[in-house]
Amino acid sequence: MTAKISIAVSVNGENHVAEVEPRLLLADFLRENLDLTGTHVGCEHGICGACTVLMNGDSVRSCLTFAVQADGAEIETVESLGEIDALGPLQQAFREHHALQCGFCTPGMLMTATDMLRKYPLETDDDIRDGLSGNICRCTGYQNIVAAVRSAADKRGGN
Amino acid sequence: MKPAPFEYVRASTVDEAVAALAAAGGEAKLLAGGQSLVPMLNFRVVDAPVFVDINGIEGLGRIDETADGGLRVGALVRHFALETSAAVKQRFPVLHEAMKHVAHLAIRNRGTIGGSLSHADPAAELPSMAVLLDARIFTASGAGGREIAARDFFVAPLTTVLEPDEMVVAVELPGLPGGSGWGFAEFAQRRGDFAVAGVAAIAAMEDRSVTEARIVLMGLHDTPVRAHKAEAALLDGDIDAAAAAAREDAEPMDDLHGSAGYRRHLAEVLTRRVLHDAIRRAQG
Repeated sequence: MTAKISIAVSVNGENHVAEVEPRLLLADFLRENLDLTGTHVGCEHGICGACTVLMNGDSVRSCLTFAVQADGAEIETVESLGEIDALGPLQQAFREHHALQCGFCTPGMLMTATDMLRKYPLETDDDIRDGLSGNICRCTGYQNIVAAVRSAADKRGGN
Repeated sequence: MKPAPFEYVRASTVDEAVAALAAAGGEAKLLAGGQSLVPMLNFRVVDAPVFVDINGIEGLGRIDETADGGLRVGALVRHFALETSAAVKQRFPVLHEAMKHVAHLAIRNRGTIGGSLSHADPAAELPSMAVLLDARIFTASGAGGREIAARDFFVAPLTTVLEPDEMVVAVELPGLPGGSGWGFAEFAQRRGDFAVAGVAAIAAMEDRSVTEARIVLMGLHDTPVRAHKAEAALLDGDIDAAAAAAREDAEPMDDLHGSAGYRRHLAEVLTRRVLHDAIRRAQG
């Protein structure tokens, strides 16, 4: 019935070509087809933010984006931020400030914060809370996540 | 929580998109930012055999200044682009303020003005802004397209006058009268949620009297509407009477987030707040 469509997409700098059903969500493409299970699927309707990834540099809900729409795009997932033995600066800030407990929301928090840190001055902690308001965490009470992003924002420099 | 199968058509021009809509005999839907549509697909409350992706159409993502002090905004302009546009901030500060309340960054990165207007959620910011700013909505269709005044565009919740083979291509916002001030306020349970209620206003003044009053109610009616009784009271120079009249202009419904009575209370409180702001700004 519905023909598969060929897509070419760069994920974390690596090029992938795949045949996908139009209805395949980008989140499922990343997790099931590419085995990049760092991107978490929570609510599947754009509320929780756990599946946030960057598409051409902008944070997007990968549960509200079809894989076919990523054709020709550059996707960055949480796996691009660092390695277990070599955390990126934002991951390091989350570690230092104990900004996670169960960790389920953390990939979305990290990718949202990555976009916020690039786009907004984040002069006050209220600005950080506004920016994180689309990502739900059920463990931390958010305080330590705000502190981690504050720390990363203060260390940005240059922009 | 996964969409049903569908056929995917990628349009690279407006003509292609309209032709694809027509070819599907009214069964196809447009896919722009997808931020309201895809959740409904995931829930399977919306279903269509064909989706026409218009994200690749060039030329619909521009914000152009017009000679009358207004703006022409392409249908694919993303919320984040409106939020951060210097031209929007300078010519329509009320729209700049409203955009900060639209959902969250990841949604503002994708959602489009054409999509928000076509989706027609009565509690969303952009439909209300279109009515407040007397927007003219330009469409394309098999019949050639037309110009629709924002006040005639919204019919009911999630319902507009758009035909099945018609798409929004641009929105024109005419320049505001000189000496006008603005106010915007909404109440939402959490930052970025749909407003339980909101009010926006434009007031133009000359010699300390109000010469033009526009007040729009958000989430207080089944479409965004002008509060005519409140506007009349403001033209008489009485902010408290205008706020009280906004209660009567509102025709809210009960839902999970608030009763109709609570929403009427918000209509009064928010109207008073935005009118004080608008008058103060108009007086410079």
